[in-house]
Amino acid sequence: MNNAPAQPSRWMALANPTRFIALTDRLLPWLGTAAAALLAVGLWLAFQAPEDYQQGITVRIMYVHVPAAWLAMFCYTTMAASALGTLVWKHPLADVSLKAAAPIGATFTALALITGSVWGKPMWGTWWVWDARLTSVFVLFLMYLGIIALTRSMDDQAKAAKAAAIMTLVGFINIPIIKFSVDWWNTLHQPASVMRLDGPTIHPSMLWPLIICALGFTALFLTLHLMAMRAEIWRRRVVAMRRMSARRAERQAS
Amino acid sequence: MSHAAYVAIAYGAAALLIGGLIVWIITDQRARKREIAELEARGVRRRAKAKENAE
Repeated sequence: MNNAPAQPSRWMALANPTRFIALTDRLLPWLGTAAAALLAVGLWLAFQAPEDYQQGITVRIMYVHVPAAWLAMFCYTTMAASALGTLVWKHPLADVSLKAAAPIGATFTALALITGSVWGKPMWGTWWVWDARLTSVFVLFLMYLGIIALTRSMDDQAKAAKAAAIMTLVGFINIPIIKFSVDWWNTLHQPASVMRLDGPTIHPSMLWPLIICALGFTALFLTLHLMAMRAEIWRRRVVAMRRMSARRAERQAS
Repeated sequence: MSHAAYVAIAYGAAALLIGGLIVWIITDQRARKREIAELEARGVRRRAKAKENAE
């Protein structure tokens, strides 16, 4: 093999994560503090906000349910962008990003499903219905689990990265389906009331706490995602170092 | 069950899931860092290390 042209790409592949870690070293404390502050203010405002005239106190579930559901889709969108990074540009951090994001997305999707169910019981009279919105989010949860399994089941990292990227991109079709499921099909779930073309239909007294909570959850997601990416980079370094030490041991033995 | 109980369950689930996620990610980070430190202590070096130091 010709060593000269391979050298810069290998250098890039290893240097980029190093620069990434140096950058996140500086960024993470700020991002984490911003997440904590936004969540504290958001939740405090949420409990100051008036109760709903129909739903009473249960409307408070909205301040975790809506941000969790938003992150379930935002995280998947981040992963789809990362999948493009892997397939189109072969960026060394793209697969790290996809793999690190999957468990976080699965957690927020589970949280959206659980809080939705706990909200549905007192308001709809049922924990669960197999309608379009609930089912499509449940499918999203299953897809997260599938991607988690796929990214961790193959020894060949490059192969696993490609398979996970393709699966993530194919699954992205579900995101617009989730978003518009409440318009396209009959469902118990209410239609969109924040992200609408004609503006939000929630009263500002509830909308502002919700927006601040959503920002806080997003900052929390970004913090956790960057942390998980660092852990993944280190995991790959450990694998590379173990391989190198095994090779050295083999050379010494022979 | 009172409506306040449903709200408490929702916030409890959020605290549990997100708290668990944070603990897991921090533990993962620490364990990997420790492994790298152990390997380096045994004299294993990454090929990129020298270049990074020169950077």
